[in-house]
Amino acid sequence: MKNESIKVIEVRELTKRFGDVTAVNHISFAVTKREIFGFLGPNGAGKTTTIRMLTGLITPDSGDVLIDGVDIMKNPIKAKMKIGVIPEMGNIYVDLTAKQNIILAGKFYGIARGELGNKADAILAKFGLLERADDPVKTFSKGMKQQVNIASAIVHSPELLFLDEPTAGLDVQSQRMIKTIIREMNQRGTTIFLTTHNIEEANVLCDRVGIINNGEIAAIDTPEGLKRTFEETQSVEISFDKPVDLSEIEESRLVIRKEKLGDKWRLYTDNPDKLVKYLAQFAQDHNLIFTTMEICGASLEDAFVKLTEDKY
Amino acid sequence: MPLRNFNRPFFRGIAVVTEKNIRLYYTKPPVIIFGFLFPLFMFLAFYLGKEIDFYVFFPGLLAMFLFFIASSVGPLITPWEKQAGTYERLLSFPVSITTIILGDCAAGMIFGIMINVVVLAVGLITLNYCLNIMILCLGMLLGAFCFSSLGVSLASPSVQNPSYVMMFSSIIRFPLIFISGIFIPLEDLHGLGRMLCYFSPITYMVDIFNFSLRGQSNIALIVDFAALFVFSLTFVYLANRTHKRNLMRGL
Repeated sequence: MKNESIKVIEVRELTKRFGDVTAVNHISFAVTKREIFGFLGPNGAGKTTTIRMLTGLITPDSGDVLIDGVDIMKNPIKAKMKIGVIPEMGNIYVDLTAKQNIILAGKFYGIARGELGNKADAILAKFGLLERADDPVKTFSKGMKQQVNIASAIVHSPELLFLDEPTAGLDVQSQRMIKTIIREMNQRGTTIFLTTHNIEEANVLCDRVGIINNGEIAAIDTPEGLKRTFEETQSVEISFDKPVDLSEIEESRLVIRKEKLGDKWRLYTDNPDKLVKYLAQFAQDHNLIFTTMEICGASLEDAFVKLTEDKY
Repeated sequence: MPLRNFNRPFFRGIAVVTEKNIRLYYTKPPVIIFGFLFPLFMFLAFYLGKEIDFYVFFPGLLAMFLFFIASSVGPLITPWEKQAGTYERLLSFPVSITTIILGDCAAGMIFGIMINVVVLAVGLITLNYCLNIMILCLGMLLGAFCFSSLGVSLASPSVQNPSYVMMFSSIIRFPLIFISGIFIPLEDLHGLGRMLCYFSPITYMVDIFNFSLRGQSNIALIVDFAALFVFSLTFVYLANRTHKRNLMRGL
């Protein structure tokens, strides 16, 4: 965790009900300065409701949200000046050009007109979109649209950036580019609050992860911390150069259960060291060559599934 | 809304929202059809083949154009934005709902005035009016804002689909035209008809145009302005309330 003392987001006992349904139930957490905080949860867990309350879009029934010390309910304009928000895909004006979108966003934050043009060009150049600056966004690919979406949200250099599923529906190249942008912005001092369905994305990007389930915080920890909590069972991932009957391995009682993953097998065990030695002997006896052999601890996905398993 | 909220970001927000609306929505087909072509065809259907004193009819025509044009943009902006997914982004900017509503009203008002000035110019060239420019300008400004705010307030009840909004707004707008004294002069209306006409803001607009162009009016000028002002406040209040209530619908 970075700069532990400075809380950029402070959420206290936040609650939101829609009729009889409690979407968010007394959640409390804090995000510190320069942190990348991932907010995970299954569909309908309360992620979007939470992010909408944090960004001042909807009013909670009870509780407080402080953005860099400013109460977003009592002083929404001042709090919103400090943040940039990137809602889910398709939230820019497609009839405007990339540059016009960024300039429009900048005007809302009171950036002087003279300064705005240069600023928009600089951001577009950074994203590799300067040559397309004057093209309507409707002619852009999904990935490029998302880049313009991010560019519009950071024109005022916000201290805190909210991203709602920033890589959803993007191809691998675009996903990588967005992740690189997020990392670079964080390195320059921007605090990031990120919601995602992509567990691996949270694993590689986030300093800490909060998991919400049924409107309540199920866990908040670092990705490694969460994995450690669920590490009582490990696994060994193997594949051989030719098809093989694993019944002999199962009979060894070293394997708790096995799972087929494409052309690989994942063997769950509580003694990976012994299992690896056994597998090496097995390969030698059957004249097999390993094409994959990897000892895996619990993944963040395992932790996520266990924490939210009532939902699945 | 507390007075301290009427500060620089508040007015800046209105200006930016207005600019965005002008840039994006003035040339959309439904705005052209419902704002410009509709009153034109309505006028032609009423005027052609009949012996109508155009000198007397023109102030009503001017009010009808202002009404249709100023109220054509407002109902569509929010549904379009919600459909395109841009409304959530707009709300995340440092602006309040009131700012967005007033920006929408301003866009409709400017559109109404722009087209109305052209229609007025044609009338002034072809007809020999004795113009009271100050009353005309003040009236047009207030009337355009009033009609535009009516349009914005109509956006709220069914905000997810623009075509539903157009249907709903037509149900409200057309009766207001027919009870306003445009097609039947106010002095010829009696009983219930006469009573109903006071519930249409267009009645007061027609009266102001009649006064500022022909020097004749049926209602005291102060009442015309006061009525338009009260209607405007009511529509902005209704728009504010219903937009807030329906904020999350369609997001």
